[in-house]
Amino acid sequence: MIFLELIKNNFMKNFQLISGFLTALLCGLVFHIDAQNQKGKYGTFALTNATIETITKGTITNGTVIISNGKIVSVGTSVAIPQGAEVIDCKGQFVYPGMIDGATNVGLSEIGSDPRTIDFNELGDLVPQMKALTAVNPNAVAIPITRISGVTTTLSSPSGGLFPGTAALINLHGYTPDQMFAGFEGVVLNFPSGGRRGFFDRRTDEEIKKATESAQKNLNEIWERAVQYNKVDSATGGKNPGYYPEMQALLPVVRGERVLLIEANAAKDITAALKWVKERRVAKVVLTGVAEGWRMADQIAKAKIPVIVGGVLELPSRESDRYDQAYANAGMMRKAGVKVAIGSGETSNQNFRNLPYHAGFAVAYGMDKTEALKAITIVPAEIFGVADKLGSIEEGKSANLFVCDGDPFENKTQIKQVFIEGWQMPMNSRQTLLYDEFLKREPGVSKK
Amino acid sequence: MKKIFLIFVSLICSVWVFGQDKGNVLIKNGTVLTVTKGTLTETDVLVKDGKIAQIGKNIGAPQGVKVIDASGLFVMPGIIDAHSHIALDAINEATSPVTAEVNEGDVINPLQIGIYRALGGGVTAVHAMHGSANAIGGQCETLKLRYGTFDQDAMKMDGAPRTIKFALGENPTRVHGGGNNIVPRTRMGVEFVIRQAFSQAKKYSEDWDTYNKNKLVKGFRGAPPVYNLRLETLADILKGNIIVHCHSYRADEIFMLLKVCKDFGIKRLVFQHVNEGFKVAPELAAYGAMASVFSDWWAYKFEVYYSTSYNAAILTKNGVTTSINSDDAQMMRHLYNEAAKTQKYGSLSDEEALALITINPAKQLGIDARTGSLETGKDADIAIFKNHPLSIYGVPQYTIVDGIVRFDRTNDPADMRLMVDPKQNLDEVSLQDKNIDHCMDGTEFLFGDLFGTDKK
Repeated sequence: MIFLELIKNNFMKNFQLISGFLTALLCGLVFHIDAQNQKGKYGTFALTNATIETITKGTITNGTVIISNGKIVSVGTSVAIPQGAEVIDCKGQFVYPGMIDGATNVGLSEIGSDPRTIDFNELGDLVPQMKALTAVNPNAVAIPITRISGVTTTLSSPSGGLFPGTAALINLHGYTPDQMFAGFEGVVLNFPSGGRRGFFDRRTDEEIKKATESAQKNLNEIWERAVQYNKVDSATGGKNPGYYPEMQALLPVVRGERVLLIEANAAKDITAALKWVKERRVAKVVLTGVAEGWRMADQIAKAKIPVIVGGVLELPSRESDRYDQAYANAGMMRKAGVKVAIGSGETSNQNFRNLPYHAGFAVAYGMDKTEALKAITIVPAEIFGVADKLGSIEEGKSANLFVCDGDPFENKTQIKQVFIEGWQMPMNSRQTLLYDEFLKREPGVSKK
Repeated sequence: MKKIFLIFVSLICSVWVFGQDKGNVLIKNGTVLTVTKGTLTETDVLVKDGKIAQIGKNIGAPQGVKVIDASGLFVMPGIIDAHSHIALDAINEATSPVTAEVNEGDVINPLQIGIYRALGGGVTAVHAMHGSANAIGGQCETLKLRYGTFDQDAMKMDGAPRTIKFALGENPTRVHGGGNNIVPRTRMGVEFVIRQAFSQAKKYSEDWDTYNKNKLVKGFRGAPPVYNLRLETLADILKGNIIVHCHSYRADEIFMLLKVCKDFGIKRLVFQHVNEGFKVAPELAAYGAMASVFSDWWAYKFEVYYSTSYNAAILTKNGVTTSINSDDAQMMRHLYNEAAKTQKYGSLSDEEALALITINPAKQLGIDARTGSLETGKDADIAIFKNHPLSIYGVPQYTIVDGIVRFDRTNDPADMRLMVDPKQNLDEVSLQDKNIDHCMDGTEFLFGDLFGTDKK
């Protein structure tokens, strides 16, 4: 009996222990899951007492932004707060439109050196039908890391061959590509480069010239085919004989319905691209990369072709160039009258969160600050034809915005809130969770 | 002809002298960020013979001394990059998992334009490192950026301690296990290679000790052990004469090397990159090992996938002496901005953030008695900024090495090449090697297009 009693007592004790342990474990588990997968929050929000940098309509001090149904419904100093709105006091803080990075491969690359996680470079030189939007991974680890720094929208571009595919503009929140799609797709063309690619390029001048001519000829033939395809397609009312997916993908570009994103960096390539576009009367063109745009700034301005600079924090392209030439590039083009968007181009380390620092360096080295702010907000929105929805704090636009405690170009500045299409984003990422876990690791050196 | 020859000789001599030269300068009325002794407003810094002679108010200019008006400007110690591959003609001797015998000091190239570009970012000294192809790589060289000299030896920082590169993880296992089909192919193999090398060096050292003792004995007729530079170098590590700088990423491999070093009594240990250092910060602090990290690089390979940009802050707050390095000719030009990121990721103070690129890397290279802060008696390696260096609008105006102005934003010509190849095509464009892992320079032949060199 005593023995049984003992067992019973022990059992009870153990049961309490075990159930206590289980509860703790469950709580831990719930908390854990919660911490890993915090959800966005949708509703009506009032950001009050804020300094609002609208970008397009000046600065509003002590203002309010009302977010509802995914949109900015009102902006101003005497705005009524709707009933039931969640009020977020932004005293001493600033509201900016979400930053837009036009030089990324978000969602198409997870780990740079592992080809199994790389989806931006399909085989083939002529594959414009490869759609970035198909392969964008909504759960890429870089997405929360990027958005909590205030970059809410990115152009995710394929790269590699001559026509590597069709890039897509995405908002950095959503569970399917359709939910993320931000309303713009453009066909990428890597314009054939006529220069030496660097010190490791051992070809003779003659070989380079030949290779360039051959690549240009190839491009011209492809374009000519696309033009012919368009004629047949138009004449037959869309009943093309046979299956030509690459021509189908070029069709809207030939018709001037879709933007051709032409990557050109060296001065002579930019010149050649401008000439090519003019001769073929390509209607919608954006130049990307444009590392040596400053050398050709007047021509680009004259051609009225907008550019997306593929990174400000870059080395000068020639040894003879001034040391800060890449920093100054965007500002010099803007001064010459070119419509300039700034992208980060930080694809190999997925650091698109550095976009404000690219813009900040452009300012430190000569660009007007207002212009630099526009270059990462309203200008890319205009370039992508989505300025009715994105790029500024205006009534009726998508609620893509962030709240911060200072100049967003400064490193010290903390981003406090991010909204994407009206969804309030959880302000964490894997990198912040690691900070929370390891700042004071437990156990420390000793496990006791 | 003779005249031309004389001009040539005098030119060479003057350049050589320039390389070795030590200058005098008075920096007037700046905000002096000493890093170790606080911030001094409207303060002068007097430099004599390449050393900081005096820091104080209203210092009169000695006759003939160049005066820089730093009113409204910020004066800070020259930035030190504890991980760089500039000014070198070769990075990797990727022929064996252990190559302690080779030395970057033999392949210094003082003509690289990257040196001037780094000066344009306020950098005055760099740790010019061997690559990360081998578990035990070559010896490295601490350089001062005396751009203008043609003399490779004039770039060396005389008296800086010897250092050597180690490497763990993917790079040595890929190069040797993958590319050369020899051990190590795994992190187990890397530990073995290092333990084996140290054991052999220990034996070698003991053999020499025995021989040296015996040869004093009258009538001793034994032969000396065979001289071996590789083992000689490794033995110097065991004796504490060389600081180990180890390329590493994952917490497990960092912990492994701590244990190996403990077993062999090696105390002078700096981990490089050390992306997962934050996971073993208490262990690093307890051992006294230091960490030299990126501010925010991640995602370029699997072993950096679980990184966090809070790494530097976590390490610092756990008591690990931490620096921020570049490993990259582009990024080294704005290390002040990389350091500033720790104010976003972990809210470090101005002084903590500046220490990451000045006194802390100096400690890691064993040169903190001479550089890394603005103090009387130290080398006059100084960067002068418009706007605070931790502000995004901070722009280096002057960079001074040993009291000589090597970078002057306003007065330097645009083209600062020291040597111009008359056959060089002026249109030559070198568009970005930014996707190349510099630590792996010289091993491309093993991997085809993995490095992006075959990319279009």
